[in-house]
Amino acid sequence: MSLLIYGTVTSIILALYAVGFSLTYGISGLANFTHGALYILSGFIAWHLMNYLELPFLVAIPLTVLAAGFIGFLMYWTLLLRVRGIAVSELIVTFAAGVAILELLTWGGFYGTRYSLPVLFEEGIEISGVVIDGQRLLVIGTGVMLVILLYLFVHHTKIGLAFRGMAQDERTALSVGIESDWIGSLSLALGAALAAVAALVVLPLGMMEATVGYEVLIYALAVAIVGGLESTAGMVAASFILGFGQSAAARYIGPQWMTVVPLAAIVLVLAVRPSGLVGRFKELEERV
Amino acid sequence: MTSQVQLRKRRLDRGIKARTDSVFVIAAPNDLIYVLAPRVVPILFLMLLPLLLSGYEGKILVHACVIGLLAMSWDLLASCGLFSLGQSLFFGVGAYLAGTMNKYGGAPIWLTLPLATIGGGVLSAALLAPVVRLRGVYFAMVTLMLPLLFRKLIEAWGILGGTHGISSLSVFPSDWVAEYLAIIAFLGVLFGLRKLIESDYGLVLKAIRDDDRAVMSAGINIYSRKVQALFLAGAIASFAGAFMTHHFGFVGFSVFAWDYAILPVAATTLGGPGAFAGAALGSMILLPLSEFLRAMGGLRIAIYCCILIACVITLPEGLFSFLERKYHQFETVVEVK
Amino acid sequence: MSAETILKVEAIRKSFGGVLAIANVDFELKQGDFLGVIGPNGAGKTTLVNMISGFVKPDGGRILFKGKSIGGRQPYQIANLGLARTFQMVRLFYNLPAYKNLIIPLCSARVRRLRGGKFGERDDVAVDLLDEMGFERDSNVPYKAAGNLPHGYLKRLDLARALALRPELLIMDDLFSGMSMAEVASVLPLITRLSDQGLTVIMIEHRLRELFRVVDRVMVLNFGQKIAEGSPDQVMESEPVKKAYLGIDVEINGSERTDA
Repeated sequence: MSLLIYGTVTSIILALYAVGFSLTYGISGLANFTHGALYILSGFIAWHLMNYLELPFLVAIPLTVLAAGFIGFLMYWTLLLRVRGIAVSELIVTFAAGVAILELLTWGGFYGTRYSLPVLFEEGIEISGVVIDGQRLLVIGTGVMLVILLYLFVHHTKIGLAFRGMAQDERTALSVGIESDWIGSLSLALGAALAAVAALVVLPLGMMEATVGYEVLIYALAVAIVGGLESTAGMVAASFILGFGQSAAARYIGPQWMTVVPLAAIVLVLAVRPSGLVGRFKELEERV
Repeated sequence: MTSQVQLRKRRLDRGIKARTDSVFVIAAPNDLIYVLAPRVVPILFLMLLPLLLSGYEGKILVHACVIGLLAMSWDLLASCGLFSLGQSLFFGVGAYLAGTMNKYGGAPIWLTLPLATIGGGVLSAALLAPVVRLRGVYFAMVTLMLPLLFRKLIEAWGILGGTHGISSLSVFPSDWVAEYLAIIAFLGVLFGLRKLIESDYGLVLKAIRDDDRAVMSAGINIYSRKVQALFLAGAIASFAGAFMTHHFGFVGFSVFAWDYAILPVAATTLGGPGAFAGAALGSMILLPLSEFLRAMGGLRIAIYCCILIACVITLPEGLFSFLERKYHQFETVVEVK
Repeated sequence: MSAETILKVEAIRKSFGGVLAIANVDFELKQGDFLGVIGPNGAGKTTLVNMISGFVKPDGGRILFKGKSIGGRQPYQIANLGLARTFQMVRLFYNLPAYKNLIIPLCSARVRRLRGGKFGERDDVAVDLLDEMGFERDSNVPYKAAGNLPHGYLKRLDLARALALRPELLIMDDLFSGMSMAEVASVLPLITRLSDQGLTVIMIEHRLRELFRVVDRVMVLNFGQKIAEGSPDQVMESEPVKKAYLGIDVEINGSERTDA
């Protein structure tokens, strides 16, 4: 039973990691390798807002999300504009920017137990003998809500439709008056904001240090690749497969095997079934 | 103001490079110098350099050659459309192979170096052969993940020395041997790969990067060509890894460090991709620079990254292409009439 | 019949996301045949070529080339068996000098086998072939970067790239589109000569007048189905073909053509 519950929590955490990355990639075809760095940077910003400006956590949350979105937006116009459309240069730039942020944070002493974010809810509930604390419930709630909102946003709003237009054919979208750079930068901003949301609900559960950023990137990539990008259902399914895989590996083999699961999954899926487990024809064309 | 003479720059290609790249008519000693200088000067310079350097500077030179080998290996893969973010994978494979053979098999250096080179090439090609079908970004992801995976596996299993690494391995008899071995390998790979990429074989590799479908319809098995390139690039990087193992007498997780993944890419983009000389030049510039940064610890990686981003954004053709063009052109200032 | 069957296509099918691109098309080619394939835009002509040359995997049916089943094989394997094609949108290496574009097929396993391991003069072979295609060897045209050449030259370069493979079956996808009359006139005799020398050719064309001058046989596709096959005159008389082209006044000797 506890495997079921903690597996679910792990899976939803994975979905939270991946949701921003998948959104950005789905809209503008930009594989944002800065994602993990933005995640941990958000935690860093929130901590500083609370400890230097002494803002309450509930005020720091929206500010952090806005700040992260702004950083993503800025990153597009400063770093990515010149290399847009050259997939490999985009990759190198976002990857290097991510590593730079993380190493900078590490250098600035962003590790150890000094930093942590508070939990919002203390008291938990008990489900058939397993106590599940309030923060984990919040994680589940946020995860479910984000996935639903995202689905509605992309399918039923005007800007969401513009996003989907961009995702399908950039040139056609341009010709009907969708500004590709604005959409690109917005997609990055949105992805970064989602990374911040994930950080603010997940970080209170555990360690907050720069190296976590690398793991978040790996998890986000693993979910995106296993699930196939674009489809929300694939993303959710992949999160659960990886989440339960991880929980099972940690329980039955040993906790040090947890991070092996997503890495091995990425390599195996790309080698054996490049379209992802639920991916379709179109994505296969893109990857192969 | 109106009477001011307007000037413009006029550029002319040097006549000797006119139509063909292969046939020269050497008409004057000047032409001979012109043709040979770009080849002879760097060779002489590198060969004489160890005589002038102290022990510490010699180590930097060795390190620069090793990063240069990794950068050229990266460039070879990139020239057939395989973009790697994990040169540390090939490097680590060679390093661990040499370390294992030396420690557990008792093989001496003169045996481990060639064996690790060939073995590393085979292993790299075999590991990545299943994913050569993938397009750029996805291939890059796999190469990024594999070194991390290896690291985690070694850590989780505790094999190959686990977190402590394998120590007290054979080292080179003297610094001279190490320095000259590194320089000779560096120059050999540089000129060898330049020769290769100019040949028809290299032409096919570059064509695969530009349009793989057209190459397939011309009856070329692009997958086997890519695997061949992987073998070659893997062997070069594995040699670098094996070399470093014996240079330090130690092999451990440090081989999977970001330095070995990012520096080669940064060096190649700084120097300019596609001609190997760019990669070589870039590493000769970056490495000494990075030694100044060593004291800064983790910050140096951040600085490499910034250099890399700056190069990708502002210098898409790289330093070498710029220098090459300048070398092959006369530039005169003439009056605009 | 002395000539042997070189290509046999049996009931191949392909649909893209529910849209039927090719439905149960059969045809057969004998050594030395010259088949024209025509049809309105979207009739499935290019899909057919893509399936035969291995770029698209058929959903069903069989393709036999020289008696070997080639459905689902890789494009390079099919090319090495002796089946070459050109592309509707030319696919060339624009950074390379024109003649260097031909080095790539000359490096293929097939050409190496046919030439019996003679190496070293690939550049000469390439320039010779381009000379035949109307790139005069003594001008600087063969040595120019392909990206700097006009469209008609690019089309011919693409054809030369296919011919460099020394194919037994050549498939030309919309070769003449975008070529000037003079360029078409210069290429036509070359194609006729190749066909006379025994090369089997499939030619997909929109310019019917030029096509009918060279082909023996025409196959008409519409909405993925074969609606007629036979000599140019027979085909143009058949009812389904008239219906398919309704609204476009097609005469065999007329000046109309359905341009892409």
